[in-house]
Amino acid sequence: MSTVQPLRQEIAAPDRVEAGKPRVSLVAEVNARSDAGLNRCYQCGSCGNGCPFVHALDYTPNQVLRLVQLGMRQEVLTCKTIWICVGCHTCSSQCPMNIDMAAIMDTLRLMSVKEGVAIGKPSIVDFHEEVLRSLEKYGRAHKLGIMLGYKRQTGRWLKDLDVGLKMLARRKLDLIPSRVRDVKEITDLFTCYWRESA
Amino acid sequence: MSDVQPLDFSYFPGCSLATTAAESNLSLMQAARILGFNLIELEDWNCCGSSSTQTMCQNLSLGMAARNLSLAPAGRPLVAMCPRCLHYLRSAQQCLKADPETRRSLEAKWGRPISMDLEIIHFMEVLVRYGLDRLQANARRSLKGLRFVPYYGCSLFRPPRLVKEKYFQGEMENILTALGAEAVPHAMTYTCCGSFLSATDPEIVTPLVQEIIGRAAAAKADCLVTACAMCQLNLEMRNTGRFKIPILHFSEILALALGADDYEEWFVRHLVDPRPLIRKLGKGA
Repeated sequence: MSTVQPLRQEIAAPDRVEAGKPRVSLVAEVNARSDAGLNRCYQCGSCGNGCPFVHALDYTPNQVLRLVQLGMRQEVLTCKTIWICVGCHTCSSQCPMNIDMAAIMDTLRLMSVKEGVAIGKPSIVDFHEEVLRSLEKYGRAHKLGIMLGYKRQTGRWLKDLDVGLKMLARRKLDLIPSRVRDVKEITDLFTCYWRESA
Repeated sequence: MSDVQPLDFSYFPGCSLATTAAESNLSLMQAARILGFNLIELEDWNCCGSSSTQTMCQNLSLGMAARNLSLAPAGRPLVAMCPRCLHYLRSAQQCLKADPETRRSLEAKWGRPISMDLEIIHFMEVLVRYGLDRLQANARRSLKGLRFVPYYGCSLFRPPRLVKEKYFQGEMENILTALGAEAVPHAMTYTCCGSFLSATDPEIVTPLVQEIIGRAAAAKADCLVTACAMCQLNLEMRNTGRFKIPILHFSEILALALGADDYEEWFVRHLVDPRPLIRKLGKGA
């Protein structure tokens, strides 16, 4: 019996399902983390019809749910849709089954970052990270700093330059950041992943 | 106004109103002063967390919003003007109600209690609840003849868990119609403005903004009035079409109607100048 042991271990590679100990399915995982009730979806498509950004998505929201239900982990965690979603809640407001779509998108984004898969829209992660940097430093969003940091990350300095200059001229972009006095209380909250990777 | 008791509220400005949209904040303060609402800025407030922390780390998102709740003195409601801030503050309170353990650990960390009874409300709700008679008594400039599109963007949409909370649907029309303006129907009132995509992917947002403005122009609106300062900025910034319709934040049009006269200061900060529109109003009155 003991001689068989190494072989069994070899078979039980990370992706294999061990008898009697099934791997948690993608749908169960997303459901548990988001508490969104995604099994209620019957693919009516209302969410996709209402989404203001549907033209820019690679999968409509209901298709994203379908990918989750089918356990297509790679496809769903690397798609663009989860990053383009701004969480406007238009889809959940129109969902006849009261599914919290934005919570599912939040969950999938966090999972994709955590699992280190290829990000569908890396420039959007760059932007969010720049906002986080500003928040960690000042406790408030300093928009000029965020935009400059974002430009540095993406290297697209000329894109949107006209709008930026117009905003500066109208004093809409403050040079000096507004900041929290007790900024240590803020920095103490920053314990998440990006801190180490930045 | 002198015989009306001033009412105290804690006020959460949020990053937009504190900086990029300072004109919305200035006009809000003017309107509140005239109406006898004492908006006391929350001491040492921080960003509500916004969509970026929501995207990158849920604990951070909760912590940022919760710190603001811990700073709010008991006994007076916490008022927000930014619909997104309102959303994140309310979400955090609901989350901490369900998770007393996290609440206790945050309270211990900061040495301050986090009240679960704190009422978090939008300025428009304050106006409707306490200010309708004050509004009538203090109206100084008629908005007669002003055709506006009430633009709520996504600000009334919320996840199913917040559906039972009271929001401010229809209040913009109610308030501004009472002041003489005319709400234009059949425009895109509830379409999201694009939020942060306006910064990261203007090519997605620009056509959307053109559609929103184009529909307003087709309905012969003089202006769009937004509930959110970020919507106000996005609709101005991403309008590359031929219809240059002024976009006003709700607090600006409210302060105007209440007779505030420092509007030059706010309007020079707009990318589309609303002053011709205001002159037209003055003539009509």
